[in-house]
Amino acid sequence: MFLQKLYTRLNNMENPSKACNSFRLLFTMSSLEEPLGFDKLPSMSTIDRIQRFSAGACRPRGDDMGLGNCWIDGRSCSTSNSCDEDYEEYTGEAFPWRRHVKDVSEGGTFNRRASSLSKNRMKFEYVCDSRYLPDHQCSCKCNDRGIHGITNKFLKGIPKFVKIVEVGPRDGLQNEKNIVPTSIKVELIRRLVSSGLPVVEATSFVSPKWVPQTYSMGNDYCWMQLADATDVMKAVCDLENARLPVLTPNIKGFEAAVAAGAKEIAVFASASECFSKSNINCSIEESLVRYHAVCHAAKELSVPIRGYVSCVVGCPVEGAIPPSKVAYVAKELYRMGCFEISLGDTIGVGTPGTVVAMLEAVMAVVPAEKLAVHFHDTYGQSLPNILVSLQMGISTVDSSVAGLGGCPYAKGASGNVATEDVVYMLNGLGVKTNVDLPKLMSAGDFISEHLGRQSGSKTAVALSRVTADASKI
Amino acid sequence: MIAARRLDKISRLMGSRATPYSLKALNKESLLWTEFWNPKVRLLCNNDGVAAFSSTSHYSSNCNHSPTNKVLRNLPGYVKIVEVGPRDGLQNEKEIVPTTIKVQLIKMLVSSGLTVVEATSFVSPKWVPQLADAKDVIDAIQNIRGARFPVLTPNLKGFEAAVEAGAKEVAIFASASESFSKSNINCSIEDSLARYKDVASAARKLSLPVRGYISCVVGCPVEGMVPPSKVAYVAKQLFDMGCSEISLGDTIGVGTPGTIIPMIENVIRVVPIDKLAVHFHDTYGQALSNILTSLQMGISTVDSSVSGLGGCPYAKGASGNVATEDVVYMLNGLGIETNVDLEKLMLAGDFICKHLGRQSSSKTAVALTSKKANSKL
Repeated sequence: MFLQKLYTRLNNMENPSKACNSFRLLFTMSSLEEPLGFDKLPSMSTIDRIQRFSAGACRPRGDDMGLGNCWIDGRSCSTSNSCDEDYEEYTGEAFPWRRHVKDVSEGGTFNRRASSLSKNRMKFEYVCDSRYLPDHQCSCKCNDRGIHGITNKFLKGIPKFVKIVEVGPRDGLQNEKNIVPTSIKVELIRRLVSSGLPVVEATSFVSPKWVPQTYSMGNDYCWMQLADATDVMKAVCDLENARLPVLTPNIKGFEAAVAAGAKEIAVFASASECFSKSNINCSIEESLVRYHAVCHAAKELSVPIRGYVSCVVGCPVEGAIPPSKVAYVAKELYRMGCFEISLGDTIGVGTPGTVVAMLEAVMAVVPAEKLAVHFHDTYGQSLPNILVSLQMGISTVDSSVAGLGGCPYAKGASGNVATEDVVYMLNGLGVKTNVDLPKLMSAGDFISEHLGRQSGSKTAVALSRVTADASKI
Repeated sequence: MIAARRLDKISRLMGSRATPYSLKALNKESLLWTEFWNPKVRLLCNNDGVAAFSSTSHYSSNCNHSPTNKVLRNLPGYVKIVEVGPRDGLQNEKEIVPTTIKVQLIKMLVSSGLTVVEATSFVSPKWVPQLADAKDVIDAIQNIRGARFPVLTPNLKGFEAAVEAGAKEVAIFASASESFSKSNINCSIEDSLARYKDVASAARKLSLPVRGYISCVVGCPVEGMVPPSKVAYVAKQLFDMGCSEISLGDTIGVGTPGTIIPMIENVIRVVPIDKLAVHFHDTYGQALSNILTSLQMGISTVDSSVSGLGGCPYAKGASGNVATEDVVYMLNGLGIETNVDLEKLMLAGDFICKHLGRQSSSKTAVALTSKKANSKL
């Protein structure tokens, strides 16, 4: 809630982007390596921190990926395209958050005083006086202009824009034991859409009404969680500015989805035979035949179809999955009409070494722009896996707000990668996502509060800790 | 169809138990994966190498193929892990950890194969009571072979105490941010460097190696972004005064590959890359991708902390150091040697987490522990 207030305040300001807020700080004696408590340092608000560190770096206009200008993490480029705004000196009235300042002349006692910011400017002794110029160039006094070539090598293939497919409401919530009320799901979807996410996977039509066979998806209660699929879909189908795909395991599920107002569907195959049998109770080939029928029906109604491939690196039963198998399934889904294939490391065992090999095999048969990556963070590997995927040219990433969705195969372990962490990284790389990080965090905050637990996103935790401490000042 | 050399490789991998039971070629594409079935071990093998996993743990990230893709082509073949758990990790703990526990932790870390374990810090106990037993810890680990134990020494006094206690390697700690330097060690960057020159000089006289740390190499909790040129300046100073290695620390974990790259680029212009290490905090979940980027640039030394010990003092409750287990998991998956036995490392992590009464912050450790627990059912 504090985040919301901060964000509202930010939005109501005349020039919220003018956040060059530096302050002169006086410090008392402190020791080497004394673990500094937060109370000993000036606080930094969430918005401050986001602005300073997390958000979209200035990307030079044009195709030049070179970093003649230094990459400085700045504000996120949201749909409001705030990158156009100048960062200039701002007055204290614009940012009335109090700062914690320790005055050495007073012998170490804390002084709280409102920051007198009118004369203060973000002090970048060696860097920028203003963070952004209107034309996206960083005004930067860095002396790294001669290292163009080396930098290009590592960031060359990374796309300028990455589409984030938010799977929290479906893939995330389906693993929850306690049923989340429909109204909460709908509100979550609304908040996610308003943060700028272009695609939000809304629900799944997997009820036994439509799927008579056992459909465990790793747990026995996911179908119960998603039993309100029709209600959710009806409530969100008219939301603008985002696509809302839904999972449809067969024709019956597809028909129910369309009747409820779904305009995009998804089908879910596996690269592992064992997993296919245990998860959707049929072989890979049988599932592909089934999806053929779904795709055919979808094409007739001009409904786009997204294909998922699970276990693209490892399977909880079979172990390592050959890349060629993944390529085969991906190719089949692509041929039957899926406009996008999402490659899922279902148990999170992948590392850049195995991910690259898998992507090489798949990209030989499906164009890179039709691929998405869906990594689980069970072993903490998802962000480096996403990074190499981007370096290989992938430009669509699945993730889940607040890291919703544990791993059903390793109880207590984490599952989906958190959208906030992904956005933070992409912002830092200067990759546009159109996602507003504070609004996204607000959505994550909302659902985490309902679920009664801390966010699974480290970015969200870090930023909210800072906020919580700032609010106590 | 199966080359004799591949069978040899598999036999060596499996030891004397190797008897391929049956085999099945999955396809004939360029990445030819051939499956060998054996009651005890299941293997997948391609032209370049073997990915192995046993039936008891279905998946091992161990991979010994040499990647041909340009994204992974120039990764180092070996990465040295500098374990900072006993010092950087534990120093943030409120409850004093007994000396015996610290010593046992260090012993277990060494036995997992870690060759550098930062043991303690010779700072005033008034400021860091957790490390008041520095002398006793050093005493107790004198006879441990197979690893180096650098200790932090903030000044000449600390250095002399460290040497007297038997330390054979020291570390000094500067900052790339003026504000942070003043708040953390109560002096400007220049003053700190002058102080460390004395330490480095004294260490040289005794032929003791000195490791240099730079904090806030990307961002500072006070100043915000830190210019790469400043980091390079401090790195050069430390290198010129005789540091054998400079560890670049993203103290508040705000770095991403986009900011890590220019920072490293600036530093390698003035310090040879083989003298550099990276010390990333995982506060925003960015540590592993930053490490990967650093490896792609040629860095081959990584600092980490078992179980992710050591929170972030600047964002209470947020995580700090990157977990060694997660790093090793990734490096194993990349086919990079570390000499670290992940299972033994996890035992060390388990040991200290039990003592601290909380779950490991390493996702790898949590996942593998859960798998083991489930497989016993």
